[in-house]
Amino acid sequence: MLRAARQLMQRDLLLALRRRSDALMPLAFFLVTATLFPLAIGPDTRLLRSVAPGIVWVAALLSSLLGLQRLFADDHADGSLEQLLLSPQPLEVLVLAKVFAHWLTSGLPLLVLAPLVALQYGLEPEAMGVLWLGLLLGTPVLSLLGSIGAGLALGARGGSVLVALMLMPLYIPLLVLGSSAVVAASDGTGSAPHLMLLGALLAGSLAAAPWATAAALRIAHE
Amino acid sequence: MNQPYYSTANGARRRLTVFTFASPRNFYHLAGRLIPWFAALGVLTGLAGLAIGMLVAPTDFQQGDAYRIIFVHVPAAWMSMLIYMAMAGWAGFGLAYRTGVSSIMASALAPTGALFTFLALWTGALWGKPTWGAWWVWDARLTSELILLFLYLGYMGLHASISDPRRADRAAAVLALVGAVNIPIIYFSVYWWNTLHQGPSVTLGKAPTMAPAMLAAMLLMVAAFWCYGIAIALRRARCIVLERHGSAAWLRRRMK
Repeated sequence: MLRAARQLMQRDLLLALRRRSDALMPLAFFLVTATLFPLAIGPDTRLLRSVAPGIVWVAALLSSLLGLQRLFADDHADGSLEQLLLSPQPLEVLVLAKVFAHWLTSGLPLLVLAPLVALQYGLEPEAMGVLWLGLLLGTPVLSLLGSIGAGLALGARGGSVLVALMLMPLYIPLLVLGSSAVVAASDGTGSAPHLMLLGALLAGSLAAAPWATAAALRIAHE
Repeated sequence: MNQPYYSTANGARRRLTVFTFASPRNFYHLAGRLIPWFAALGVLTGLAGLAIGMLVAPTDFQQGDAYRIIFVHVPAAWMSMLIYMAMAGWAGFGLAYRTGVSSIMASALAPTGALFTFLALWTGALWGKPTWGAWWVWDARLTSELILLFLYLGYMGLHASISDPRRADRAAAVLALVGAVNIPIIYFSVYWWNTLHQGPSVTLGKAPTMAPAMLAAMLLMVAAFWCYGIAIALRRARCIVLERHGSAAWLRRRMK
């Protein structure tokens, strides 16, 4: 079971490596979006510092929505998803492997880029650390919840707009907790509770999301 | 043993089980018989509730007559949340037992729920302007109601964009259940984020903090909204049954 999961993950990572632009595009989008805001609202350092956490989180959320469609769509198109459904291994574990590979190619690079964006906005080192921790806990949740949306959208006409419409409401707790953690760190009230709740969201979605995604994939192949 | 019976459209008596009305034919018949009752009851309680609310209930000493929108606002807000839960329940039932009629019920409830959510937001804006001085504030309850509207839109959007109705039912059911699990999480996250809304006026197990006439008007309006919701959802469900099973022999015989 674990070997199958590991091999699936290696395959997905190899595919991402061979098609680098697919994985890099959402990252470029993240950087460009985060750069647009200062241009739109002016270069006032204090203002930028106060809106930075929200902007980084919204940009991360949007860029994760951008790449989600491809999580299952290619496998669906070339038939390998059907093979996964037919395989004797539990589909939930295979889904988890795919989601983990997706996080390695979308969430992890975001963690590398986030401090750069935080520098652009002049965040304090401590706030930057909290933002980074929040993203570390939050981006896997983006991938996990996103996989439900990507699974449900298989065979639907709506495409990425539909995925966004379905997932936005589900992402809201993440957005609220992630950005309020940074705010709490900068005004000195302590960011630990927010980070712990983010961790709880991660644990909860880690436990529940693979089942929902597996159900969605089975429905798409009825 | 004394089993309950149900008499079908052609007068035959059948044993009544949980799944009796999972048959589109029995459901269609039952819904047709229930709709007039709920519609009439809804109109009556609605008229009585509005009459008491507008004419009998005293004027609020702080908010003046502006508060009277509560008789639409609060029932609409309750219904918006209740219908989401009912919708998720029917959808889950349809997913588990593959009973088509349960899923039809779920998709028939969604537009009504979205309508009530919109109504609650709209009347809330009308109430907020005179009392808070703003049409919209980023308050926890307002925001979670808005998110509820987005959840309804997501459900209807997903359902509409899958052509095969059975598959659409099942995919949308997964989304409805995921949404139902998320509602409390969303509510609490937004609640910690910001809150300004007045505390609930009516809580179970506690004496309500309002005049008896106001409470009577509000409860009548709640009854009216329930009846309206049930009648209109059953009506819509009947239309969906017609759409999906239009070629069935029993329907063709009935339509003649």
